[in-house]
Amino acid sequence: MGSNMAEAHPVGFQWVMEAKGRGARVFHVDPRFTRTSAVADTYVPLRAGSDIAFLGGVINYVLENDLAFHEYVAAYTNASFLVREDFADTEDLDGLFSGYDPETATYDRSSWFYEGAEPGVEDEERARSQTEPLQTGAGGAGVGGAGDVPRDPTLQDPRCVYQVLKRHFARYTPEMVERVCGTPRAQFLEVCRGWTANSNRERTTALVYSVGWTQHSVGAQYIRTGAILQLLLGNIGRPGGGVFALRGHASIQGSTDIPTLFNLLPGYLAMPDDSHADLAAWIADQRSDGHKGYGYQVDAHLVSLLKEYFGDAATPENDFGFGWLPRINGDHGTYRTVMDMIDGKVFGYVVMGQNPAVGSAHGKLQRLGLANLEWLVVRDLNEIETATFWKDSPEVETGEIVPERCRTEVFLMPAASHVEKEGTFTQTQRMLQWRTKALEPTGDRRSELWFAYHLGRLVRERLADSTDERDLPMQKLAWDYATEPGPDGPGPWDEPSADDVLRRINGYDLTTGELLSSYLPLKADGSTSAGCWIYTGVYAGGVNQAARRKPHTEQGPYDAEWGWTWPLNRRVLYNRASADPEGRPWSERKKLIWWDAERGEWTGHDVPDFPVRTPPGHVAPEGSTGPDALGGDDAFIMQADGKAWLFAPHGVLDGPLPTHYEPHESPIRNPLYTQQGNPTRVVYGRPDNPSNPAPPERGSEVFPYVLTAARLTEHHTAGGMSRQLPYLAELQPALFVEVSPELARERGLEHLGEAHVVTSRAAVQARVMVTDRMRPLRIDGRTIHQVWLPYHFGHTGLVRGDVVNDLFGVVEDPNVFIQESKVATCDVRPGPRPRGAALTALLEQVRAAAGVTVETGTRIATAIGTPHVEEDS
Amino acid sequence: MSNRWSGPLHDVAADAGHVDPPPRVGFFTDTSVCIGCKACEVACKEWNAVPEDGLDLLGMSFDNTGALGADSWRHVAFIEQPRRLGHQETGFAGLPTGPSGIPETAVAVEPRLREAPRGGAELGTSPLPGRTEPQALGMPGFDRPGDATGAESRTDFRWLMASDVCKHCTHAGCLDVCPTGALFRTEFGTVVVQQDICNGCGYCVSGCPYGVIDRREGDGRAQKCTLCYDRLSGGLEPACAKACPTDSIQFGELDELRERAARRVEQLHGLGVPEARLYGHDPNDGVGGDGAFFLLLDEPEVYGLPPNPVVPTRDAAAMWKRAGLAAAAFAVAGVAAFLGEGRR
Amino acid sequence: MTVRKSLRAWPVLRQLTGGDRLGRGAAAQSPRHRGMAPRTAEAERVAGSVCPYCAVGCAQKVYVRDEQVVQIEGDPDSPISRGRLCPKGSASLQLVTGPQRLDKVRYRAPYATEWTELDLHEAMEMLADRVVDARARGWQDRDGRGNRLNRTTGLAALGGATLDNEENYLLKKLFTAMGAIQIENQARI
Repeated sequence: MGSNMAEAHPVGFQWVMEAKGRGARVFHVDPRFTRTSAVADTYVPLRAGSDIAFLGGVINYVLENDLAFHEYVAAYTNASFLVREDFADTEDLDGLFSGYDPETATYDRSSWFYEGAEPGVEDEERARSQTEPLQTGAGGAGVGGAGDVPRDPTLQDPRCVYQVLKRHFARYTPEMVERVCGTPRAQFLEVCRGWTANSNRERTTALVYSVGWTQHSVGAQYIRTGAILQLLLGNIGRPGGGVFALRGHASIQGSTDIPTLFNLLPGYLAMPDDSHADLAAWIADQRSDGHKGYGYQVDAHLVSLLKEYFGDAATPENDFGFGWLPRINGDHGTYRTVMDMIDGKVFGYVVMGQNPAVGSAHGKLQRLGLANLEWLVVRDLNEIETATFWKDSPEVETGEIVPERCRTEVFLMPAASHVEKEGTFTQTQRMLQWRTKALEPTGDRRSELWFAYHLGRLVRERLADSTDERDLPMQKLAWDYATEPGPDGPGPWDEPSADDVLRRINGYDLTTGELLSSYLPLKADGSTSAGCWIYTGVYAGGVNQAARRKPHTEQGPYDAEWGWTWPLNRRVLYNRASADPEGRPWSERKKLIWWDAERGEWTGHDVPDFPVRTPPGHVAPEGSTGPDALGGDDAFIMQADGKAWLFAPHGVLDGPLPTHYEPHESPIRNPLYTQQGNPTRVVYGRPDNPSNPAPPERGSEVFPYVLTAARLTEHHTAGGMSRQLPYLAELQPALFVEVSPELARERGLEHLGEAHVVTSRAAVQARVMVTDRMRPLRIDGRTIHQVWLPYHFGHTGLVRGDVVNDLFGVVEDPNVFIQESKVATCDVRPGPRPRGAALTALLEQVRAAAGVTVETGTRIATAIGTPHVEEDS
Repeated sequence: MSNRWSGPLHDVAADAGHVDPPPRVGFFTDTSVCIGCKACEVACKEWNAVPEDGLDLLGMSFDNTGALGADSWRHVAFIEQPRRLGHQETGFAGLPTGPSGIPETAVAVEPRLREAPRGGAELGTSPLPGRTEPQALGMPGFDRPGDATGAESRTDFRWLMASDVCKHCTHAGCLDVCPTGALFRTEFGTVVVQQDICNGCGYCVSGCPYGVIDRREGDGRAQKCTLCYDRLSGGLEPACAKACPTDSIQFGELDELRERAARRVEQLHGLGVPEARLYGHDPNDGVGGDGAFFLLLDEPEVYGLPPNPVVPTRDAAAMWKRAGLAAAAFAVAGVAAFLGEGRR
Repeated sequence: MTVRKSLRAWPVLRQLTGGDRLGRGAAAQSPRHRGMAPRTAEAERVAGSVCPYCAVGCAQKVYVRDEQVVQIEGDPDSPISRGRLCPKGSASLQLVTGPQRLDKVRYRAPYATEWTELDLHEAMEMLADRVVDARARGWQDRDGRGNRLNRTTGLAALGGATLDNEENYLLKKLFTAMGAIQIENQARI
């Protein structure tokens, strides 16, 4: 679901086809019949933006028919934990949970806690703005007093999580699924039967998703819904089970682990915020009473990072340089930053291997941001739209950007390709793979390593004599990486050594100078260094483990000697759950790790994801914390209570349980609750970011169709690496819009003719592709059409087309600030779009017809009287 | 029997004078697992430096290659059909659908395709005639668009994909008619154009019963799949088969591939896909069987393949005999005429 | 070539004396096609790499001859990809060697309508000046409540999902030390 795996990840899809060949049944649930659907056993249509209703329906089917994997659920999840008495569900509050404040559009989440647990004082402004689930890092959110939470192992207490869950999803009946998703009941039930019949001791079911799930205003909850279902069915931590996120860039996993993200430090450590006066305050913020598991070790992880950042200058006396770190205090995400550019608050922008003018939602907003900078650096293989916006963007045509009046100074710098530098990518299953350098780059092509290193060197030179306190971190920065002669020849412009950087990421025992082999010995006293604690072990034994390439034909089914998977080369996360509470495999067929009583340790086909000598029946001593507090059945060792969370008492901003909300732009009223959309979604009411109206607002009929966009096999994301290549460009040479024959008749669209798709932001011209693969759905008694476009095209390259992302506005999930670009509403009209001033006039006309103002879409609390109106700060 | 023109022939390489040739190799393309990714097309072009073949949107589902030709040695066909694939459930039941759009799209594509000399590769470069002016908005109105439902007539659908390639026929028309010796049968049993010999006469183009071989614009030389002759010579498998993510394109010894293919058809029949059938596997067909054969899920015509390809030289021996008789008769007549004249 | 040898190589003679009476096989084979070898066999070195497109992480082998990449194809040893590549992965050779690649720094001065050239090292020096300046002008010591911010909002960065871990590490470290917080990448998109 939410993934077109055959098209977006064809080589990974070989394993699905292989499983199918061995008898596995493949379901594809998607708004569109794709190349994945073509080879699936069953294709199930649904409306874009309705997946939580669909999955909620499956959860309801499991609970109503008592089909959960009970022993698994009882032992490894928080199903038996009691929730506080004052918790009120969406069932009680018509789509809202208890604690909602319409003024701030946030929740006071204290009533979502477990019984007997006292939450700390919440700073809601801070909570809202700092993407708390990531803010709390890999350790998961703290749960106060988790150790003594009252439980009902029989799962009968009305306040236990299991019963709360049951009540919450009771409304998600097959009839409701049909009404919300448009999925006919029989097909929905077929999925329910298939999924549950294949999930037990002997069998497991895998769930695959991609950005079809994440790019929603309630995206984090999509994933939560999938996780809840897989937990109920015992499909986590077991071979053949799991929730697989298929990611779309070579090292997008790596850039989350070692983040170029505003709210994180390497290893999912929280970026300090303005409330953290010192290191102790930061540590306290990451922990809770009775905090179990490895998330408790954040002090050792951060201090080791600071030792890598500042070397000998990081001492216990100066808090290891913690005070030198910048503090966040709000949303500094990419969309906020772009709006800040338009508002003149950002002067310089460095863009590396990314093409936001095409690839980010609301392309026009992006380009206007670029046009209002003082300087811009674009580093890429090819000339991309982000570098040429000043001369050939659509805004030049409409007169909104005039080259002679656009001040942005642009440096377009050629990048080295993947074969012209060495280093690691982390692929979608957390595996680091080292690439060796095939040859030196020529001309001005350089690695980003070279760029970062030398930019740092030059800035440090300029600040070397400063006495300003703010320059101390730059002066104290450990920037002494090994270098070797590179494309510039020997001298000051030597190439930094990626191998040395990886060693420092792995980390050292500073007392012996030895490379560390595991994160377990990391200390908070400054005696160890590690740039990213979850990567510690990639240089285990002084060997670059990521460079291992032992053929798969010469090793076992888990291929442990190819590359290196964090953490500690573990291939299946939470694999303790592959054994029963007594430590025996659930079945011979599905054995992965188990307790070896004779040797007194966990063993098996994978690296055990559990303290290796903690026996299955172990009861942690009273008052213990961290790994010592883990009981023998606390399989989820990164969770503060050792359990997988069916109900999230903390850490998710928009509800402890997933709820179906309509997308920000929807043609229908939410059939489930009066609350229409996610009541905590991030909206930016600005003249340059209009929204299409959605019920209960008036005017939604101007944009009657559901719009969604995605990739084609033949292109890559914003096209910078594919539209320029003849062999790929010829395979998909033009932007097209897929419509059903029914919609084509309704709108007078002719196959291969021109049409334009219109939203309140933009009109995008595309060739019409009439296809039976697109089908209308019956939603809440109405026929709803969906249209789809590939988003790869832009105005440079061998094949060109309008930027599909221009159609989308910016509205975000409150947890992770990911934009809702998988669903919006639109109109489709035959013929080419108008150009120049006529285009501007058309958009004004459309906005007027729909009554669009800056307030449209910002009154997000529709379940209660007081409307929340987002004020632009 | 040696040097045959038609019929079953087990050892094509030996027949063509190769001493102790390796086993004959070829492709078995199992279209039932093809995901239409076109890796084969790109891998082929990268290895063989085949030029780009036009940046044209064809409107033939996701097929923008159109046909095999001088600049496309692999071609993935996409076929959208209003019928069911085996036991596959394609999610139509209960949807408010109207009639299929496939006839309409065919109407848009087919006439242009017919007029296109190269099977459509130049289609789509100009807008179609028809409505091009933006329509009036007509909103807001009383009826919301989408309120009405059409006749519920679309019930089934399947999307077939298949990667086509030169068949490397047992009796290859292109090879048989080549007057220069540019085309030759390799020791692997494959058929290859030698670019250093070809003079671009083009006889082979009409000699191919599949319409595969084609002359490249520019130098005019004939071009087609070589089954990566250079790679085979180095013990490597062809680039397309190596890249194929789902192993739809399988390379190997032809005898083994034929056995494998037969088993696969049986398996698919058992799995409720009775329409699975082989194409080009039969040594008794009009070309003596193909070196590259296919598992199809419909009639060959659906994929753009001729149902009963026949090598044009199949009747060559008989033709030569008849031609010989005719020549002899002509000679006799000529002599008679001469003699007759002499008598005068 | 001796006369005898060249005579023997004459196709017609081969046709008449060999098993290929019809001249469609061995007899027709040109010298260039005899003893043909794949260009990968002539590579001077082969680098183990990983496909730069999606996150499946297909292993690639990069063949280099005369300091040119002559072929990129899948590495059959990989347990992830087993040597296979999708169309994008298969186009890696064109990605790396094609004429679309930038080779020289391009510079667009404020209000200019065309690119001009700029020396790489000079560009880096100019950038360092601009970074120092933007950092200083966007500096924030404390927030409205008097809490320490210690940061700059004058400069921002975007990118990372297509870069190496080592590169992202240095970028994050450098920007953080400079006090820049607006560092983002495709993972948010």
